[in-house]
Amino acid sequence: MLSLTLTGLKLKNPLLLAAGVMGTTGSSLKRIADNGAAAVVTKSLGVEPKTGHANPSMVEVDCGYLNAMGLPNPSYKNFQQEIDIAQDSGVPVIASIFGGCALDFLEIAGTLDADAFELNVSCPHAHGFGADIGTDPALVEDITAAVKTATDAPVWVKLTPNVTDIKIIGLAAQRGGADAVVAINTVRGMAIDIESGYPVLGNRFGGLSGRAIKPAAIKCVYDLYDALDIPVIGVGGISDWKDAVEFIMAGALAVEIGSAVGNNINIFKYISKDMEAFLAEKEWTFNEIYGMAHKI
Amino acid sequence: MKPVNAVITKVVEETPTVRTFFFDTSFKPEPGQFVMAWIRGVDEIPMALSYNNAITVQKVGTATSALFKLGEGDSIGIRGPSGNGFELKGDHILLIAGGVGAAPLSPLAEKASSQGIKVTTLLGAKTKEELVFRERFEAAGSVMIATDDGSEGIHGYVTQLIPEQESYDRIYCCGPEIMMKKVLDKVEPGKAQFSLHRYIKCGIGICGACCVDGLRVCKDGPVFGGEVLKNSEFGVYRRNECGERVRV
Repeated sequence: MLSLTLTGLKLKNPLLLAAGVMGTTGSSLKRIADNGAAAVVTKSLGVEPKTGHANPSMVEVDCGYLNAMGLPNPSYKNFQQEIDIAQDSGVPVIASIFGGCALDFLEIAGTLDADAFELNVSCPHAHGFGADIGTDPALVEDITAAVKTATDAPVWVKLTPNVTDIKIIGLAAQRGGADAVVAINTVRGMAIDIESGYPVLGNRFGGLSGRAIKPAAIKCVYDLYDALDIPVIGVGGISDWKDAVEFIMAGALAVEIGSAVGNNINIFKYISKDMEAFLAEKEWTFNEIYGMAHKI
Repeated sequence: MKPVNAVITKVVEETPTVRTFFFDTSFKPEPGQFVMAWIRGVDEIPMALSYNNAITVQKVGTATSALFKLGEGDSIGIRGPSGNGFELKGDHILLIAGGVGAAPLSPLAEKASSQGIKVTTLLGAKTKEELVFRERFEAAGSVMIATDDGSEGIHGYVTQLIPEQESYDRIYCCGPEIMMKKVLDKVEPGKAQFSLHRYIKCGIGICGACCVDGLRVCKDGPVFGGEVLKNSEFGVYRRNECGERVRV
């Protein structure tokens, strides 16, 4: 009832694990897939191993979470075995990749064997990477086009909301040949310990995720659906099935779930079951609710 | 939660390398639960609670060295308690502690003793001076000691003290991973619980950096049953801060 094809990938439901969550090891990715996710996205992989920022790297704040992990990863060179383990689950495994220039992206996508690539041009707190690139439409277009020449696998581009108009970056990704865009990455944020005056995160600032950013993400998805011809994958603050339905009505063909996995490792199973029940009760199909907010 | 401000009220030197930091803030932990201790401007690290209001720390790296420079009146940030803690069961339990692994086991010994459970502790360390919480374990039951240099108890490893004929309802173990793996190989796995140490990043079950075979040490653990750990990554490899596999 919820199955669909997303950029050529067959999915049993529209619920995917977001990048950076339970994504450093093959067995943790497999666990999430076994718990109901239709596809899983790895931790963002770079050219060289990276330790990330000092802790605290993630804290709970009002209505969400702040994080500045700092792209810790073992490098794509050490990651094929983890992807292979994750693929044992039978669901598509999407490699999230980052780099400082088009050549980095090209090297990784040209070497790694994954079911799709998600280009992280949107991490808000890694100097020289992520959103430092993803706020520049020309760079986004170039990098996307470069990756497309390196792989036959679908290429998704994950967008930062920390821009004046996300549609401009989405259109650049589309011009570069992206098969889909993913919106949104975290919203730049900061918390200060008032007992000491120290910024709480080791990196001083980071990105906000969780419930607090959902309305911002819904608006981005809504705008991108109008502006683009390629599918939009929605992400940002999904904690229950109602959130997922809202994203799909805004124009997301599928959604990714991240922070909410921490307190509910079985969230994919629950959301999928409850979405099915909701559609049955309303006598709606998935296709009918997809982009519904635009059609009425 | 954001870190709570915890003012240090007392520092006790347990051994030449291990200190206990008492705070003005009391938590209500299950024995085996941990907190994320934030040494401001330096790092945040996972630490077992050795009392309701204290952590016991071995000086091993940047963050612990910075913590050792703090004294009464200074403060750190604390998140937690987190994780699951030990599941106390049975009439006669065996505790196996190596080095600073005694920290989460000592409140378990006291809880068990207060409930009338018979407690036997196998306590190991490099030297006599490095034995942690010997008096607390002795107050809770009987203690057998092993030291690497033979300065106290038997000359050798704590694993050599495990009786061949098992007469314990449950076994609880914390110490260096190689030692814990030896214990796991020697006892009935279903009877034993182990408190694991891994590089913990977010500390709230989201990032997955601390996963052992897909299980999060920070959220699903840090305490795991022997049957879960048998034939797993445990005792074989851990992951460094980058997520690369490193042999134990």
